[in-house]
Order: sequence, then structure tokens, then C-alpha cells
Amino acid sequence: MAPFADYDMPISYPTGALEEHGITRRSVGLFDIDHMGQFEISGPSAESFVSRMVSARISDLRVPMSRYSLLLNEEGCVLDDLFVYRLPESWWIVVNASNREADLAWFKSKATADIKIDDRSDETYMIAVQGPRAIELLDAVATKPVSAAERFDWCRTEIGGVPILFGRTGYTGEDGGELFFPAEKALFLWEYLLKKGSEAGIETKAIGLAARDSLRFEAGMPLHGHEISPSINALEAGFKWACDFKKEFIGKAALEAIAARGPARKLVGLEVSGGVPREAYQVAEPQGRVVGRCVAGMFCPSVKKYAANAFVESALATPGTALKVIIRGQPKDATVVKRPLYIPAYRR
Amino acid sequence: MSVDAKARYAQSHEYARQEGDLVVVGISDHAQDELGDIVFVELKEAGKKLEKGQVFGTIESVKAASDLYMPLSGSIAEVNAGLQADPALVNREPYSGGWMIKIKPDAVKDLEALLDAKAYASLVGEE
Repeated sequence: MAPFADYDMPISYPTGALEEHGITRRSVGLFDIDHMGQFEISGPSAESFVSRMVSARISDLRVPMSRYSLLLNEEGCVLDDLFVYRLPESWWIVVNASNREADLAWFKSKATADIKIDDRSDETYMIAVQGPRAIELLDAVATKPVSAAERFDWCRTEIGGVPILFGRTGYTGEDGGELFFPAEKALFLWEYLLKKGSEAGIETKAIGLAARDSLRFEAGMPLHGHEISPSINALEAGFKWACDFKKEFIGKAALEAIAARGPARKLVGLEVSGGVPREAYQVAEPQGRVVGRCVAGMFCPSVKKYAANAFVESALATPGTALKVIIRGQPKDATVVKRPLYIPAYRR
Repeated sequence: MSVDAKARYAQSHEYARQEGDLVVVGISDHAQDELGDIVFVELKEAGKKLEKGQVFGTIESVKAASDLYMPLSGSIAEVNAGLQADPALVNREPYSGGWMIKIKPDAVKDLEALLDAKAYASLVGEE
């Protein structure tokens, strides 16, 4: 167990990090993600408010759609990444645990008088069910099949008598979804899903933080505080695709200025040999000059490579560029590679 | 956690087990359990002469990296090449398939300076 954003969470269960990763890629992994935050935003001008606050286009979202977006500050740097759900009467915003209070304060500071922002975090529990058999398991126990929801759509259903808002999204690169439901049902639903998986002969296991990290890393997804942060702008982190420059949003002007002169550094993937690259390890040219820093790195169990995400000088960001990662004082060979290392299910 | 009764142990959790002229070295079951899933092992080459306490390699798990220390002085006679493709052997079979190096010791009696199996079991039982 380890502290994570004021919560006590398991790094891994007795199953072990590598096996938990494998189970999620081949069957079903359960993730307790209650630490995440949820806000509900409503009011006459809620749509234009949310549209100004987040980087992605949302004016085209209809019920039952949702979309990934960034929350940027005026410098175009990333306060958080989040999901925006278009509910019938409101906007449902799902944020990272570590940023919940700051995000809420940020939204409130920018809201006009007619905007209502309700923090639903404490009363809402979240469990992610991820893996190639996740939908099969959930369909077997849900009153209305979740398979009816397309990727990035949400639907309402009931599992074990518990009312569920189901979002077909996730943080692993596998199919599956995230379940939002009343917090008092958490233990019941957790054990119910494990039991039903076992009864159905579908390998279903609890997954800890270490495997969560290797799963999202392989699939090219960012972790706040690493690939994205308030000192990292959306363009250098490779998130131009999550920004709608045809609308007004906080940070747009700053990003346009950065785009005009080109970002000084860029986030790249590095494939390394001779050791495990890790966060904070330096990246250097073969001749020795330090040109960047790793923000995350590990052994990737599915693609069986040692890899890192690193910010390097933009001129060196082309795939195929030969660099070094300094591992415990020793320069080890590294090559810039395209991300993601593992193609997410919804892109195959 | 199991302890190989035929081996002796360093305080830093390497074991040393005599087999003929050579001494087989690896890390104990307790050590692999503490490290977690092993993902990388790097070992110095055969022929290398090292003193007791010097680093003969590096082991990396999902969560941490650690140096490996010679339990006694000698030269590396053999290296377990299988650990490059399957570092998890150290987790699965720390005393057999997960062996790391075989040393030609400077003096076999140096083994006596190490903890015997019973003393090591107490050491890790107490931790």
C-alpha cells in the first residue's frame, strides 16, 4: 500500500504487477478509481462555459457522448486532463484525484452567476472494468447491455440492483468502461463483480497502481505530474489533437504563440537497452550533452521492451534518432520511437 | 519464504552454495519477494576478478533497482545468460534456474564468514 493523492492505494495485489498487467490485456481487470473527482455543471450558459474552460470541442457532443479533454491555464499549460460527459440536463466532468480541489476552485473562479457547479465526488464511487472480456462480463450482469454503448458513449444500467452510469472509456488501451455509482454500494459491487467473473469462468482480478501505470504507459496515455503538468504546455506534450482552435478556450492564445515559433522541446518515446529507464533520468546525445529528461519509464510487459517517455530538444524528436539515457550513472543506448507502443483497442 | 539449507548467505541477501570447485551465487527467496517482479538483470562478464563486497551486477524490479555484491572474493567463471531473456527466473527459482554467477573463489573457506541457513532464516524472519 502507498499514499496516492491523500488516499492509501495498493501498488499491487498479491497477484503481482506483471501478472495484473497481463490479466487486464487478456481478460478482465478491476480498478478501484474512487479517488477520482466528479463535478456536475448546469445552468443556462453551461455549454458555453464548459466550452471555454476545456481545450477540446464539446459543442458537438450530444447525449450519450463523452470526450477526452485538457484543462489549461492562460499559459497553455496543463492543469489536468479530464473527461466531459454530455448528460441530458448537465455536464459531467471527471477529473484526477490529485487535482480535484484545484480543478473545482478553477472552474468556480471562472463561472458566471448562472452556472451551478456541484461536487459529486464524495457521493460517487468509480470502478473501472477493463480488458477484452470486460464488456462480456458486464453484459452478463447488467440489466441493460453496456455493449449497446459505443466507444466514448455512456449509458445507464443496473448491476446487482445498483444503478450505474457506465462510460465506455478507460485508461488501459483495452475495451471496457468506467462505472459511476452511489458510494455506499462500493464494497458490494466490487465483490459482486469479482464473484460474477469467477462464476462465469471469466478471469477477473483486482489491479494495483503499478500495473495501471504500465498499462496506460504502453497505450500512450499521459499521467498528470509526468507527461502533462502545470509546467508543460499542450503542444510540447503532443496534445494538439485535443485542442479545438476554432473556438475560444483558456490557453488558446498562448498555444497559438507557441505553435508559431515551435515548441522548444517535445515529448517522445524512447526505446532503451541495457537497463530500465525511469522518471527523472537524464537523456543525452551520444557525445554526452544533456538534451532532456525522462518523465516516466519502465519495462513494458506486453510489448516486451524497456521504454521511457521523455521531453527532449525538438530537433532531436524524430523517430529513429539515437540518444542515451543515463541509468544509474551509465549512458545506455536509446532510440526515439513512435508512441504508443501498444495500439489501444479502439484504434485497431 | 524458503531458505536453501545447502547455501550460506550475505547480510545483503546474496547466497553462495559450493558446487565442486565453484560457488553458485544468486539472491535469496526473501530478496526476490522484497524486490517484486524482476524485469532486468545485468551481470559482469566471465573472467572478471572481484573482491568480496564489490558489485558483480545490477537487478531491477518493477519498482526498484539494486546492486548485487560478491559474497566472497574470486573470479567469475560462468554467467547465467538465461536471465537476459527471462529475468523472472529469479522470482520463480531463486536457488536453481535463477542462479546468477558461478565464482571460482580465492579461498573456499571464505564461505565460513557468511551466515549459515539457520542464521539467515532468523535474520529474515525477524525483519
